[in-house]
Amino acid sequence: MSKARNSLTRTSLVHLALIGYAIISVFPVFLTIINSMKARNAIFRNPMQLPTPETFDLVGYTTVLGQGDFVNYFQNSFIVTVVSIALVLLFGAMAAFALSEYRFRGNTLMGLYLAIGIMIPIRLGTVAILQGMVATGLVNTLTALILVYTAQGIPLAVFILSEFMRTVSDDLKNAGRIDGLSEYSIFFRLVLPLVRPAMATVAVFTMIPIWNDLWFPLILAPSEATKTVTLGSQIFIGQFVTNWNAVLAALSLAIFPVLVLYLVFSRQLIRGITSGAVK
Amino acid sequence: MSDIPSTHDEMQPIRRPVRWHVGVFLLPALIVYTAVMILPLIETLRLSLFNTVDGQSTFVGLGNFKVLFGDERWAHDFWNALKNNFVFFTIHMLVQNPIGVALAAMLSLPKLRFAAFYRTAIFLPTLLSFVIVGFIWKLILSPIWGVSPFLLDVVGLKSLFSPWLGKPNSALIAVSLISVWQYVGIPMMLIYAALLNIPDEVIEAAECDGVTGWSQFFKIKLPLILPAIGIISILTFVGNFNAFDLIYTVQGALAGPDGSTDILGTLLYRTFFGFQLQLGDRSMGATIATVMFLIILAGVSLYLFVIQRRMRRYQF
Repeated sequence: MSKARNSLTRTSLVHLALIGYAIISVFPVFLTIINSMKARNAIFRNPMQLPTPETFDLVGYTTVLGQGDFVNYFQNSFIVTVVSIALVLLFGAMAAFALSEYRFRGNTLMGLYLAIGIMIPIRLGTVAILQGMVATGLVNTLTALILVYTAQGIPLAVFILSEFMRTVSDDLKNAGRIDGLSEYSIFFRLVLPLVRPAMATVAVFTMIPIWNDLWFPLILAPSEATKTVTLGSQIFIGQFVTNWNAVLAALSLAIFPVLVLYLVFSRQLIRGITSGAVK
Repeated sequence: MSDIPSTHDEMQPIRRPVRWHVGVFLLPALIVYTAVMILPLIETLRLSLFNTVDGQSTFVGLGNFKVLFGDERWAHDFWNALKNNFVFFTIHMLVQNPIGVALAAMLSLPKLRFAAFYRTAIFLPTLLSFVIVGFIWKLILSPIWGVSPFLLDVVGLKSLFSPWLGKPNSALIAVSLISVWQYVGIPMMLIYAALLNIPDEVIEAAECDGVTGWSQFFKIKLPLILPAIGIISILTFVGNFNAFDLIYTVQGALAGPDGSTDILGTLLYRTFFGFQLQLGDRSMGATIATVMFLIILAGVSLYLFVIQRRMRRYQF
């Protein structure tokens, strides 16, 4: 009896601690979103209150959408992220297939060479990357960002995908070969569909740092036409520091897509991490 | 690297046709990775040995490093940034990783209800961009808005409040803790995964021997998740010595007040691109990037060749 009560207190303490930390994690986001929908006076007078009919005001959102070119920023971020992920997945899966399927001289060396990029951040090469982009005339284009993010994503993609490709049965591939499938059809028609779950994991891992990156957009593509949403909101907020309605609305707009994506992919992401995809 | 489509295998005397497809599979990834990542990295390392003398790029050997470490214009900023970076890393190791381990230990308790909900909530900040995180905390900690004095008042500690981000003594700690808040999800998830991988038999055997609760965690589980703790430590190290975005959004490129939050990433940015009155300097930028590269390389090698080899791993 006493043991049962003991474990009950322990469980409630654990819940208390977890609820406490969960509140710390979510509270700032929550605070931003509720205040973005309030009138200026209400933001200052009573920051903790939910918007009521009297204090409800979307003036911040109208300022943001009227002033900043956020539709364009979203479009840029979207193009960069989607194209980079597609290239990372395609190139990464192809290389992973070559490394895990064929035995050739330099196989291990090639694997190690590609693994350097997992640990050494691409940012350290920025000085020369900018030089190269200037030389090839790619500065202030989305192509520059796509190239950098593709290179940044490939090492981890190859690493995770080749682990998964080793588990695809050899019998299946050999059956395909006997039926006269070329190596390319074996890859695209047999292997790729089987590693789809791993591809989804890689996609989620690749997506977050690309969408959130500030460094490369700031350096390689700061022009108005190529700003990503991260850089755009950084600059917008910098200009509107004193307009709290606009700042809070801009922050909420920037949180929104991440929140939606997270709620859609959180299962995939958490399963990916806990199944040991990143080791 | 060009011998990928090997024309014949040494093991087999029979000549096989050239396997072009191996090359086709490897080349796109190799080309992009080499051209955009490896070559610029090597070029940056090379640039750190050159400087502009009389308008001409000249080989100066280790001269740039001598300037960076010893010249009074550079040395003060550099050593300050390096010291701050170590403080930044130490705070992460002392606060972020223990909290991550503790949260993971609680989440992995068997039959815990709402575990998925807690996990989702605690991992949320990790996905937000630095811009969002930086500005939200700037607003919350701002004395103008009064949210943090209000919250401190609720727990009766209002007298403790001060504009932490604006004071040279506390700014670095405040920024580090914001970064901890954002990233605690990563150690939590990796440790959580490691804890779930411990087989039930091990835990049951411990319970049969009367090892439960705290002592079970420290004597049984902790040794088994040490490799995962090693991984989160090296990830934290690489991430911290490469950090830039959060400081830039919270404190600006000058990493104020008075350079008290300046770390290597912000120093690199200011040096390479210039800021306000300071002109951009490519060679010194490359030199700082090289120093960052060497620090990260040293950390990664220490982990791979010393720590990881000595760590005992258990096979189940």
